[in-house]
Amino acid sequence: MSMQGLAVANETGVERKTLVEVEGLRRVFDLSKPWLNRMIEREGRVFLTAVDGVDFSIRQGETYALVGESGSGKSTIAKMAVGLLPPSAGSIAIDGADVWGKKSPEAERRMRRKIQMIFQDPFASLNPRWRVGSIIAEPIKAFGLIDDPLDRAARVGELLSLVGLDPRDGQKFPHEFSGGQRQRIAIARALASEPNFIVCDEPTSALDVSVQAQVLNLLRDLQERLGLTYLFISHNLAVVRHVATRVGVLYLGRLVEEAPARELFAAPQHPYTKMLLEAVPDIEMEGKDRQSIAGEIPNPITPPAGCHFHPRCPVRRPECDVETPPPHRVGDATVRCHLFGSAS
Amino acid sequence: MTPALSVRNLRIEIPTRRGVLTAIDDLSFDIAPGEVLGMVGESGAGKSITGSAVIGLLEPPGRVAGGEIHLAGERIDHLPPERMRHIRGKRIGMIFQDPLTSLNPLYRIGDQLVETIMTHQRMTTAEARDKAQRLLEEVGIPAAKTRLSSYPHQFSGGMRQRVVIALALAADPELVIADEPTTALDVSVQAQIIALLKRLCAERGAAVMLITHDMGVIAETADRVCVLYAGRLAELGPVRDVVKHPQHPYTIGLMSAIPSLTGDPDEALAQIPGSMPRLGAIPAGCAFNPRCGYRFDPCTVERPPPYDAGAGEAACFLHAPAFARQAPAETLRQADAAGIQLSIPNGEAAR
Amino acid sequence: MSDVTSQETNRSAPGAFRRMRDSDLWYSFTRSPLAMLSALVVLIFVLAALFAPLIAPHDPFDPGSISILDSFLPPAWEDGGDARFLLGTDDQGRDVLSTILFGMRISLAVGFASVVFAMLLGITLGLVAGYFGGWVDSVIMRIADVQLTFPAILIALLINGVARAMAGPQSYDKVVFVVLVLSIGLSFWVQYGRTVRGSVLVEANKEYVLAARLIGLGPWTIMFKHVLPNVLGPVLVIATINLALAIITEATLSFLGVGVPPTQPSLGTLIRIGNDFLFSGEWWITIFPGITLAILALTVNLLGDWLRDALNPKLR
Repeated sequence: MSMQGLAVANETGVERKTLVEVEGLRRVFDLSKPWLNRMIEREGRVFLTAVDGVDFSIRQGETYALVGESGSGKSTIAKMAVGLLPPSAGSIAIDGADVWGKKSPEAERRMRRKIQMIFQDPFASLNPRWRVGSIIAEPIKAFGLIDDPLDRAARVGELLSLVGLDPRDGQKFPHEFSGGQRQRIAIARALASEPNFIVCDEPTSALDVSVQAQVLNLLRDLQERLGLTYLFISHNLAVVRHVATRVGVLYLGRLVEEAPARELFAAPQHPYTKMLLEAVPDIEMEGKDRQSIAGEIPNPITPPAGCHFHPRCPVRRPECDVETPPPHRVGDATVRCHLFGSAS
Repeated sequence: MTPALSVRNLRIEIPTRRGVLTAIDDLSFDIAPGEVLGMVGESGAGKSITGSAVIGLLEPPGRVAGGEIHLAGERIDHLPPERMRHIRGKRIGMIFQDPLTSLNPLYRIGDQLVETIMTHQRMTTAEARDKAQRLLEEVGIPAAKTRLSSYPHQFSGGMRQRVVIALALAADPELVIADEPTTALDVSVQAQIIALLKRLCAERGAAVMLITHDMGVIAETADRVCVLYAGRLAELGPVRDVVKHPQHPYTIGLMSAIPSLTGDPDEALAQIPGSMPRLGAIPAGCAFNPRCGYRFDPCTVERPPPYDAGAGEAACFLHAPAFARQAPAETLRQADAAGIQLSIPNGEAAR
Repeated sequence: MSDVTSQETNRSAPGAFRRMRDSDLWYSFTRSPLAMLSALVVLIFVLAALFAPLIAPHDPFDPGSISILDSFLPPAWEDGGDARFLLGTDDQGRDVLSTILFGMRISLAVGFASVVFAMLLGITLGLVAGYFGGWVDSVIMRIADVQLTFPAILIALLINGVARAMAGPQSYDKVVFVVLVLSIGLSFWVQYGRTVRGSVLVEANKEYVLAARLIGLGPWTIMFKHVLPNVLGPVLVIATINLALAIITEATLSFLGVGVPPTQPSLGTLIRIGNDFLFSGEWWITIFPGITLAILALTVNLLGDWLRDALNPKLR
């Protein structure tokens, strides 16, 4: 893959308008024990900063991937983006409307209709007591899109075919389907309210490889056909590489690197991104040894001072222990690392 | 050399109210001492249940309905539970996906190690404690001496899995069964654990049965791979051959469905249509035939046994000259293009 | 894989019935002779109670048909027994068999009604506590904790006493049924509340509930349409076991004289009436209602035990 090829691909990309705008997003969880326990055990309050000042934006029709390991805050961001969890600070705007801002019930409904989510576990995301048809019809009913029961049933059948299932499958219960088929049902439900922004929270990590490919291809196909915009949450870099237009790498609640996908995979900048890429198993068997990475992710309740990554960083500097690195522009990437501070 | 583990024509049945399910059907494989055999397959393919059968811990009502399991030449599948309990832990070590299930949360790490060591080896408590400390040092736990008196919850996930590895190796077993040892861990920790497991078993000459759904882990760790599909052997061979030049259509599909860090990201991933059948609905003939692009007549009728294929074996009629000759030329050409090493001369294939 | 299917009698039946017949619960039921026997006994008892006016040889509440001359007759097979009165008569000459049949009506009615009341109360409070959490949860659950420290019968006695004082002696007989149901129901809701709350805490974090929240459904809709159907299993088990307890509690209250009046006797009242004559040799007046109560409570309990095992996949 030549660098020229990359540049051309970037240039030819049509300039699209920004659909999702996330600014200064922050979420703190209060993990303190009840008041009485704190008094008796003489413990202070305990806070966990799951998301710490995250900014990014997603353009219409693109896929923005958030990558991170456990404790990185990626799922918390997903929940805030769809309106399931209020942020402690910062804002998320979708098509100009603040997800968490005060608005009329009508505007609220209009906004919710445009945001949907696909969950990780297809075995938990479908109500086991409901028929598949009712599950998919629920958003249509809730948003009052189609009132006639017959038309609604027809629409459900249409959605089922859209995700590659038989329209007659609506009569069945979720337990009659395999994991991959259930994820298709979940996708059909997400599409039922005709959204333009879908948050995919690890949509394939519970699936087998051969099924994972089906679901990833389906998501991509739907994006092209319906012009969807995705926020794609994953810990699997190889998967992200196949779906993302832009990638943000999270470490303990902070966005350490953000870049167009091609650039990030061709030339990772942040030491943590490099480390993650090296940790991907070598399926091609080129004989490269997986780089053994020192240490584990620290407890997110008491993250290291300065750059959170400094205790594991192979190229740390004295200032890394004390100062939180500001974002630096490196080519098309934004990197939060002191290494690039002196260069700029 | 006697294999550390030899499984012959294993058949595992699960009687249910809707009939008897065959979870494993006619599975045979060997693991030599010091060798790592990877067991891969999708969920429900039967890889974990094979591991459970080997250690004699099949969950009832599952049962070994046929075949034999030999540990270093000694048959172990029909031993009474009492004898089997002695073999587990001493001669077969076990590592599970969730380290928390293998560790008793109420006991100190040191006590659990000492207990395991002393159950299987004649030692004084002091000697066992010394050995426990050496083991912890070996698995890379810093300040092993003080950590002996820690409880499992005081360790991080990766450290816990290291302790579990120490426990599994405590009695110097001949065989280690590792069932998804890295699935619950973060990517950055996985590599450490894999490297550790591989090094320690190689040093001790212990055979490893590595059960995982992650082809990446297999590619890095295993010497040979056994690919299971719907409870049957699909392909068995040296890891390099299976990963680079798979011989069974299922393995070919599986390998190309894995997203990788090379290749064109804009191209759609190769996918296998459909999904693996449930145990109660395995189609006649080859279990993979409804999803297979190379299917021809005998595939839907007769079940293919493993045939020699490339450097290993594959349960596919394309590798049986007598059957492959019946296949349409187009199918053979496609198979050839996909890298399947047909056992019939090229001229015949072209016809 | 031969001889797969069990001996199914392929009757063409509507969907719901077929699903019931194919369910694991039905399968487990048909494999448990004890459960089937218990269910049969309970069914007979319930039917007998329901159709008591048709089955009972006498109407024990019709003063015209009762003769004081027939009082204290032993069971028919004993010396001095009368073929008209199979299980003998009581002190007022009422047929014991008939009073038992009518008594069961009261016992079962109070039992069912109080279980339903406790269930509704417990499910609602449990759902609210589990779904909303926070201080609502704390308040509800602390009340439950406090109530659990007292025996249920004590709570029932207390509520009963308060209601009695408020209603006054004249009108008490009219409201006795309601008071009994309220007092027994209130003393049993805690179990439902706790169980439902626990299940809700598990279910509410499942992704299907998140998906429902995502389309803007209100908390009550989500609770009753999505969460409730998935937490009903354990509730059903408790309800069955509690039915036996409620029947016994009612009997206890009646035995202690704070239950239904002797003019409308329940099994407990019958036992109390008979108790006075137990030592003078008229054992049948108390023993037969006692046996009935014991069998009823035992079979309902056995049914509950089976249901618990059948619904708990760990024990299956």
